[in-house]
Amino acid sequence: MDDHAGQFVRAVSRQGPRIMLHFDGEAVEASEGESLLAALLTQRSFLRRTELGSEPRAGFCLMGACQDCWIWSDTAGRLRACTTNATAGMVLRSQPPGVDALRG
Amino acid sequence: MSRHTADVVIVGGGLIGVWTAFFLARRKQRVVLIEKGVVGAQSSGTNFGNLRLQGRFPGQYPLSLRSQALWEEIATLIGEDCEFAQTGHLYLAYDDEERAKLEGYAQVSESHGLAIERLGSSELRKRWPWLSERAVAATFSARDATANPRLVTPAVARAARALGVTISENACVSDVARSGDGFSVKTAGGAQWSCGALVNAAGAWAVAIAERFGETAPIVPAGPPQFVTEPFPYLIEPSIQAIDGSVIFRQIPRGNIILAGYPRTAADPVNHRAPVPPAKTLAAMRALARVAPILAQCHVIRVWSGIEGYLPDMIPVIGPSLTMPGLFHAFGFCGHGFQIGPGVGLCLSEMIVDGGTATPLEPFSIGRFRESVAVSEKFRKEFDGA
Amino acid sequence: MPCVAEIVVVGAGPAGINAAERLCAHGHRVMLLDEGRQAGGQGYRRPSSGLDLDMAALMGTEAGKYEALHARFAGLLPQIDYRPQTLVWAVEDRTLHVVQAGVASTLRFDALVLATGAMDKIAPFPGWTLPGVFTLGGAQVALKDQGCLIGRRVAFLGSSPLLVLAATQYRKLGGEVVAIADTTPFARKLAALPALARSPRTLWRGLSYLGGAMLAGVPVLHGVTPVKVVGDGHVEALILRDRRGRERCFPCDAIALGYGLKPETQLAELAGATLRFDEAFRLWLPQCDADGRAAPGLYLAGDGAAIGGADAAEASGGLAAMALLADLGEPVDERVRLVLRRRLARLRSFQKGLAQAFAWPVAQIRALPDEVMLCRCEEVRIGEIRQAMAQQLGPVEINRVKAMTRCGMGRCQGRVCGPALQEIVAGAAGIAGEQAGRLRAQAPVKPIALSVAGEAL
Repeated sequence: MDDHAGQFVRAVSRQGPRIMLHFDGEAVEASEGESLLAALLTQRSFLRRTELGSEPRAGFCLMGACQDCWIWSDTAGRLRACTTNATAGMVLRSQPPGVDALRG
Repeated sequence: MSRHTADVVIVGGGLIGVWTAFFLARRKQRVVLIEKGVVGAQSSGTNFGNLRLQGRFPGQYPLSLRSQALWEEIATLIGEDCEFAQTGHLYLAYDDEERAKLEGYAQVSESHGLAIERLGSSELRKRWPWLSERAVAATFSARDATANPRLVTPAVARAARALGVTISENACVSDVARSGDGFSVKTAGGAQWSCGALVNAAGAWAVAIAERFGETAPIVPAGPPQFVTEPFPYLIEPSIQAIDGSVIFRQIPRGNIILAGYPRTAADPVNHRAPVPPAKTLAAMRALARVAPILAQCHVIRVWSGIEGYLPDMIPVIGPSLTMPGLFHAFGFCGHGFQIGPGVGLCLSEMIVDGGTATPLEPFSIGRFRESVAVSEKFRKEFDGA
Repeated sequence: MPCVAEIVVVGAGPAGINAAERLCAHGHRVMLLDEGRQAGGQGYRRPSSGLDLDMAALMGTEAGKYEALHARFAGLLPQIDYRPQTLVWAVEDRTLHVVQAGVASTLRFDALVLATGAMDKIAPFPGWTLPGVFTLGGAQVALKDQGCLIGRRVAFLGSSPLLVLAATQYRKLGGEVVAIADTTPFARKLAALPALARSPRTLWRGLSYLGGAMLAGVPVLHGVTPVKVVGDGHVEALILRDRRGRERCFPCDAIALGYGLKPETQLAELAGATLRFDEAFRLWLPQCDADGRAAPGLYLAGDGAAIGGADAAEASGGLAAMALLADLGEPVDERVRLVLRRRLARLRSFQKGLAQAFAWPVAQIRALPDEVMLCRCEEVRIGEIRQAMAQQLGPVEINRVKAMTRCGMGRCQGRVCGPALQEIVAGAAGIAGEQAGRLRAQAPVKPIALSVAGEAL
């Protein structure tokens, strides 16, 4: 699905424990204290697809203004990837969870 | 001053005004429509977009059904469908008292030939599994529909213009007077129109015109607040309304959920302000999350409102002036003018061209305000503070 | 005199911190709300915890100011009611509506200082919504906050002195800079020199960065026209037309895009500030006096009031606080006030000079082809704007265009597309930018989840 390597390149190392997250069913390794956007984009080329045109998106302003990087989670609510820290065990999704089960 | 003549001048470029202009033009009338701002800017363009048939005022059914038939052929009529969709409308009851009220509505609807489906709690969950446990019963009317109000009024105005109607936007009427057998209408921009018939479709601003001719109505300007979420996977097909008014919502195929606020908020027609108090936004959000818990994390991204005229008996004024031949009123639609808009326009065109319409409109006469009208409980609730 | 005024400062960047500090010094209890996790705003952003980043090296000549601000904030912290990660989503009368930790609540205030900062001003061009294109400010945030480069080979595009600064920072941390491409012609920059020479230190710093980049062999282009981003699902190259009209292709995997800054004015508008179209910045800016008074009880400071940079933000934060104090009837040090006013006037006039030297590319935007995406939230293309305008009955107005096309209606509420939409509308209608009207702010100023409203009764 994501043949392009990570969009971001880590230029400065991080201290702190390594943690595991899940994004769209895939395990993602991250550092505690890292933003979700950095954690995901160092390993993927995009975060979500737009609702209308299905275009890939990877955030844009990285400062909480453009609202382009919102993702979903099973347990922690709606998360803006650029302003949310990664924490161990987060189950993240590019699409809202639980919708298909509710179709009549 | 530029002087012109027309068969009919319409004051007010809302949904009623443009549909009236459209149908008059189809009957070869020379029509001028004067709008103080741009067409469809107030509640015509900012309402929820419901074309609801069930639960209407009983005396309005002949008009409503006639209007729905026009909506159903809107693409043929004006060349654009304006996102018209026969989504159906689901009325929810939260307790037995409300269930009884629904049953009453259903019987009225059925007496006018509308097909109403009654659903119990388990059927509701089976058909729309995303509904919370709260609703105990519901009625579903498949013929009810929705359309996009932002698009409709400008689209009808374009169609009317294509039929020869003169549409004058950003033109404020400065004077309206009797002149011979007809009327003289002046605008602040210096235009003067002589016409045989005058349509007062000026919404929350209509009483000023009525009062020129010795008639009045106790209009209250208010804004129906509306809210919209970000796009969410398409799940909710019908337009949905709790019968207590606490939640009214629908999802459009692109995914956004549109949510109507209740109660409505008093508006300022002088400064053209229809605020949406944040507390109402929160109240609407709570109500929606309660009825559709899957949406709890969905974002509200935008709110809006527009100014609408409300009358104490919660039904509009539609029909001829009782003091001035050639003058016709159509205003005060109390938040449910969208569905009947085309029908009102068609009926007014018949009154003007044929001298009358076969659709019964007696309950809507302005004459009912000659004596004091009881203020209903529903009316009081309409303008609750935040 | 007992001090009972409820004073709220929104924004914990240099402007908000300076305002809070001065108010505190006068014995006021100040509430400081900030959407960020850590104080500092965007410019003086701290690295996230655990990052081995040498901020002193990265900040260069500004490192001292950066350290000083954070040290002052640490000293201030025990004296103020500081609430990070708090979104103010509405202002109504004298009440702020906030969301904190996923819960909505309200805060009353008597006086409000808004120091809401700015974001990048963006001009779209073909392909700008591809993953790998980020704002110029975002490229810096990735570095300072996360220690990440936005890509391996980065092109810096737009019109801003920060293009060179950010490119320099990227090179320091091992990034490859494939081009620094500015849409403003060099001659126009020379013409603005007299205005810029009033702040020789800042001017010199900018020139030395530029010199450094050129010495390192990075192509530095002026007067370019962005043609398109090439790539399938991600950035593969940037194609430009240089000032001679030759098409140039720069293979890269990321683009930092920025045309100067755009104030976050939404809360100021909701709180009662009047906005006016500024021809130099070609933006709608809130009106306030030299000290930041915008309306009774409302004070604006920092880049959220007028673009001026970090030094101007510090000065304007102090001035806004002094204006507030004076309006409460408290004595203020007039000499200090005079110094701050002079400094602020000089810094803001320098920014006006920069807006000339690094111009918003009006003609380029107006000439963009129909297929270019304008509104990245609602996915509206420029052609849809032009088509809707062709159908208009009367005079064109930007909110009408929004209603017809959804442009500006999405999650960001026109923050990103607004300035370009203004030019597209004005260009297609053949009217001045101001006459196109203004996208109105409305609450919520940022998206809020249904769940923040709590449980229904």
